[in-house]
Amino acid sequence: MGRVAVTRTGIAGVAATLAVLALTFGTVAAVLIRAEGGFRLGPQDWAAIRFTLWQAALSALLSVALAVPVARALARRRFPGRAVLVTLMGAPFILPVIVAVLGLLAVFGRSGWVSQALGLIGFDPIGIYGLHGVILAHVFFNLPLATRLILQGWLAIPAERFRLAATLDATPRDISRLLERPMLRAVLPGTFMVIFLICTTSFAVALTLGGGPRATTVELAIYHAFRLDFDLSRAAVLALIQLAMSGAAALIALRIAVPVVTGAGLDRSVRRWDADRLALRVIDALWITLAATFLLTPLAAIAARGLPALADLPVQVWAAAWRSLWVAGLSVAVTLVLALAMTLAIVRHPRMGRWMEPVGYLAIAASPLVIGTGLFLILFPLTDPVALALPVTALVNAVMALPFALRALVPAAAEVESRFGRLADSLGMTGTARLTRLTLPRLRRPLGFSAALAGALSMGDLGVVTLFADPGQATLPLLLYRLMAAYRMDQAAGVALLLLGLSLAVFWIFDRGGRVNADV
Amino acid sequence: MLTFEQVVLEQGDFRLTADFSVTRGSRTAVMGPSGAGKSTLLAAIGGFFAPTQGRILWQGADLAALSPGKRPVAMIFQDNNLFPHLTAFENAALGLRPSGRLNTKETARVQDALAQVGLAGFATRKPATLSGGQQSRAALARMLVQDRPLVLLDEPFAALGPALRAEMIALVKSLLVSTRATLLMVTHDPADARALGGDLVVVADGVAHPPALAGALLDAPPAALREYLG
Repeated sequence: MGRVAVTRTGIAGVAATLAVLALTFGTVAAVLIRAEGGFRLGPQDWAAIRFTLWQAALSALLSVALAVPVARALARRRFPGRAVLVTLMGAPFILPVIVAVLGLLAVFGRSGWVSQALGLIGFDPIGIYGLHGVILAHVFFNLPLATRLILQGWLAIPAERFRLAATLDATPRDISRLLERPMLRAVLPGTFMVIFLICTTSFAVALTLGGGPRATTVELAIYHAFRLDFDLSRAAVLALIQLAMSGAAALIALRIAVPVVTGAGLDRSVRRWDADRLALRVIDALWITLAATFLLTPLAAIAARGLPALADLPVQVWAAAWRSLWVAGLSVAVTLVLALAMTLAIVRHPRMGRWMEPVGYLAIAASPLVIGTGLFLILFPLTDPVALALPVTALVNAVMALPFALRALVPAAAEVESRFGRLADSLGMTGTARLTRLTLPRLRRPLGFSAALAGALSMGDLGVVTLFADPGQATLPLLLYRLMAAYRMDQAAGVALLLLGLSLAVFWIFDRGGRVNADV
Repeated sequence: MLTFEQVVLEQGDFRLTADFSVTRGSRTAVMGPSGAGKSTLLAAIGGFFAPTQGRILWQGADLAALSPGKRPVAMIFQDNNLFPHLTAFENAALGLRPSGRLNTKETARVQDALAQVGLAGFATRKPATLSGGQQSRAALARMLVQDRPLVLLDEPFAALGPALRAEMIALVKSLLVSTRATLLMVTHDPADARALGGDLVVVADGVAHPPALAGALLDAPPAALREYLG
């Protein structure tokens, strides 16, 4: 390998890492500098901290506890539609939060399907706002993630072990002791921590379903401090607290080896000779039905309500859709550049990688609102930040997608190096030739997947854009939020359906682009 | 006696027929090209793969209705024979009680089995701290305490070197003298089949051929075997 190539890769990697550091920590510094004088945490702030941790813990606990029987049922049963259900379990990740919230409102809201059904038999409608609404939404998003991670654990148990247990005439209880509990002990803590971490940085769910002094997360409190009170010192202190909380959670999560969703091989199930009993079959069928109903009904509600509304969408929709699309496109480009620069440096220079990789993953702990606030303060003296609302949104979205892109790219790139690195070295393939002839073609699939994730996440993001965008600059999610706030629910459902379709299309196109003609 | 009565095993394009008997107490090696269906044949006896036609009988009784755990079968696979989080003793004890709760007499029996396979001092070791040969011995100890009349070995020693493999086969032979169990062992090495000193079933071209004396068969191999041996 030539020296020139070494340094170029290294420099690009360092530059990308520094950019990520500047965006995550530099923006906090910017907020801190502008925060004037001391600031003491009031009772409201303590309540926000308590609520954030409490709802995150409850959401993670419930998601994991419910996911265990669902994953067990999926692991040991074969039925038509199983593959579709497992694939759908991967979808909430790219489902725009605001769309899901609208769907949950249509099912569990005051005038939703559940309340209507309860009304028929003389019960009061249920309320969804507050702690239980936030938890409901978080479980909706994270139950599928937990199920997939745990299902992966189940299927990673070698099939011979189940056969062995069968020849020993082991009962389901013996199997649980011998095989399943050891696996769960290894998989559950990581799964819990990932979901806990995701829920501590939750903003859009708290914005739409929470609120009020009793159901405000720290992220939401930052939004209030900045947008409503323009109290910068408070926003800065809350930003630090947010960073400390999610940073600590991320460090713990990294320590206990978080399981990775590979998605590979989830389409098979394990033949179980011990579970061929009617009672167990009924239990499994029940869990699968419950999970599928819980996940699909809100989406069905949106489709039912949104389809007729598609005919008369408000005129601003098309401009908003266009803005969302180019924000997503920009975000994809930035994600790929950052992720690729860091990945190549991590793989070629392992010593650098040791500190680069954690920086990339810790971006998951960064708060989009903190980054947004910091960028606003940095840009304010230079130019009108509102004019840059959309590029800033794209940039922040890119940082949020970076950890997932790295998770997909780094192992793939390491494998390319170990399989073909020596051959390429012996052929003298260095620099650009190596990048374009070897690395990029071999990384097509993970690159496509990363782009797909970054695009879909950005399409559906309702975070930093709420901080600055004026009404003339709304993205599709923001427009949807405003329609909901104005109680124009039919139009909202139509916009939600459009947003959902666009997000899935963006995901599909990029992911597909990585797969077509990719010679494995 | 283990009898294959016009058995047909099918999966997709794969098809294997078997129509023969194996004498009780005999030792039979099973050889053939990879993908021919050696492991499938054993899986069918073990109850992991149901024949599409025909019956598999043990002492004249059809095995079809029995779940794997209720069959007169002890099985050792190519790998993953031991649970990594259990000690050698606990792994062997599973052969007696999957729940792991043993009384004094049963404990003594497991200790005895470990001693028989030469693992007397290794009872508290976990698989990761045992050598490949010792891991095979622990699996054999479990087979001993299972005390089933049919023993199926699916290339359990494939990962061991030739000398160690010969040692293991000698151990298996000596263990079988006391239990008088019937043995079927899949192997890809003719030396193993010779060392086992019993019969040989050749699985090739969709047919599991009836057993014949291994030594004679290897000295004058028929077409199907000659092709495999090269």
